[in-house]
Amino acid sequence: MTDTQSPAQIPFVDYLVLDDGDPHLVANECTGCGARFFDRRNACAGCFGTEFGSVDVATEGVLRSYTIVSFAAPGVDVPFVAGVVDCDGTSVRGNVVGCPPDPDHIKLGMPVKLTTFPIGTDEAGTAAINFGFEPA
Amino acid sequence: MSASDDIWILGISMTKFGKHTDKDTVDLGAEAIQDALADAGVTMRDIGVFAAGSLMTQGGIAQMLQKQVGQTGIPAYNVSNACATGATAQRTAIMAIKAGEADYGLACGVEKLAGAGLLAGANRSADNPTWTPKGRFGAVAAVDGRIGTETMPGVFAQIGMEYLHEHPYDGTPFELFAKISEKNHSHSTLNPRAAYTKAMSLEQIMGDVMIAYPNTRPMCSANCDGAAAAVVVNGATLKTLSLEQQRRAVKVSASILTSDPYEEACQVLPNVNTLTRNAAQQAYEQAGVGPGDLDLVELHDCFATAELVHYDNLMLCEPGGAVDFFNSGATWRTGSTPVNVSGGLQSKGHPIAATGIANIWEVCQHLRGEGGPRQIEGAKLGLAHVIGLGSACGVHVLEKAAA
Repeated sequence: MTDTQSPAQIPFVDYLVLDDGDPHLVANECTGCGARFFDRRNACAGCFGTEFGSVDVATEGVLRSYTIVSFAAPGVDVPFVAGVVDCDGTSVRGNVVGCPPDPDHIKLGMPVKLTTFPIGTDEAGTAAINFGFEPA
Repeated sequence: MSASDDIWILGISMTKFGKHTDKDTVDLGAEAIQDALADAGVTMRDIGVFAAGSLMTQGGIAQMLQKQVGQTGIPAYNVSNACATGATAQRTAIMAIKAGEADYGLACGVEKLAGAGLLAGANRSADNPTWTPKGRFGAVAAVDGRIGTETMPGVFAQIGMEYLHEHPYDGTPFELFAKISEKNHSHSTLNPRAAYTKAMSLEQIMGDVMIAYPNTRPMCSANCDGAAAAVVVNGATLKTLSLEQQRRAVKVSASILTSDPYEEACQVLPNVNTLTRNAAQQAYEQAGVGPGDLDLVELHDCFATAELVHYDNLMLCEPGGAVDFFNSGATWRTGSTPVNVSGGLQSKGHPIAATGIANIWEVCQHLRGEGGPRQIEGAKLGLAHVIGLGSACGVHVLEKAAA
C-alpha cells in the first residue's frame, strides 16, 4: 500500500465494467437467439435456451424515448431525465446527463454516449461509479 | 358457438368513484355486489362461482366480501393482476361458466386509493455505510432515479414519447398529450359517477403541476375509491329468465387476457403495445367484428401518453396514425369512434382493481340505452380495455342484445 494508490471504486451495478478498458456495459446474451439480459435468466425469455455468454454493449446509441421526472419519491433528486437508449440494437435504461433537463435540449432520436460519474463515497472511502448517457 | 356457450352480462354496477371516507374496502365492494345482483335480478344463492380482486388489500378479499353479502360455500378466487385485476376477475368468472362449472358467476373489483399519491417508486432509504452489491443487478444503492425511473407517470410518459420517436411528430408532444386529457376531462362533465367532473382547458392542464414530462397532474390517472361488480350467465340459462332480463342482458362477444410476449427492449421499458394488439386481434376474431364496427371504446388511459398508443394498438386507426386519428376529432364523444366518454382514468378515476369491470359497466350503460346525458345514441357494439403493467391486457367486446 502506498499513498499514491488511486482511491478504490465500485460500479453502481454489476453490469457496468470499469476495470477492463473504457467503461462499458455487459449483458448476458442467449447463444441461441441473441436476446440480451442485464441480469441472470434460467432460460431465455425469447427462445427458452439455457446457454448464455457475456457480451459488451455498444457505448454509443440514440435516445429512443425519455421523460423528465419532476415529481418522484422522497429522497430522489429531481428533475432528472430518464430514458431508453438504443445502443446498436440493445436497449438500455439510463438517465440522460450532461445537458439541461428540459425538452428544448432533450430530443427524441438524438445521439448519445455512455459516461460515468461518482455518486458518492462510503465510509471505507470507496467511490460508487454510476453510468448515464450524455449528448454525443 | 352453441347457445349454452354464449356468455352474457346479466347485471353490472359501479359505485361512484371518489372519496368514500365513511366506507371501507369491504363496504364498497359489497355495495357494488348488492347493486349488481339487484340489477341482474338474482341473489347470492344463484351464484356458482365468485372472483374478486383488491390490489391494496391484504388477505382474501373474495371471502371478506362473501362474509358481508352471503356465504354459500361456492368456489371463490382471489385474483391479482395489477391494473388488469378487475378484468381478470371478470374473465375468471366467464371461464368457469364456459367450462360448464357454473351457470351464474360473479366478479368484483374494489380499491380504496383516495390520497394514495405517487404509485411505485419507493421512498429512497439512506445509502448503506458501505457500498454492497445487492439484488439481481448487484446495485450498491437504490436504483430509482439513478438508472431511469420506476414511477408510473415516468414509465408511461416514455411509452407515449417512444411512439412519437417511432412515428415522428412535428408538433409539440406536451400539447398533443394535453389535448387528449382535455377531451377526457370534458367527457367527465356528463358522468355523475366520475371522481372529477369539471372541464379543464388546455391552458389549465398544461399549466398544472408537472409530474413527469409530458404528463402534468391532470394527465395522470386519478387515485380514488371505488368498486364495480358484474353477474355473468350462460346463454341457455338466460333463455329461462324474464324477457326484461333478456332485453337488458349484454352479450360478451369476446373475453381475452394476454401477457407480454418477449421482444427486444420489453424488459427495459415495459411494452404495453404488443400484448394489447394481440388481445385486440384475438377479440375481434372471437367476436367476428372489426374495429370500424365499434360504437364506443373505454380504454386504459392511465396517463394521457398511454391513450395515444392504444388508438393504434386497438387498431382504431391506421398503423402509425394515432396522432392524425386523434387530431381528426374521431375520439371525442361526437366523433366516429368515441373513446372514454366516461372521462377515462384521468377524470373518472382509477381505483385500480375496480377499473376493469368499471370500463365494462360504462360500455354496458350505452348498449342498454341507459347512459343518461352521455348516452352514445344507437350504440350496439363496444370494447373495454385495460392494461396491468408487468404486463397483462384484458379486452372485452360487448354487444347489445338482439331482442
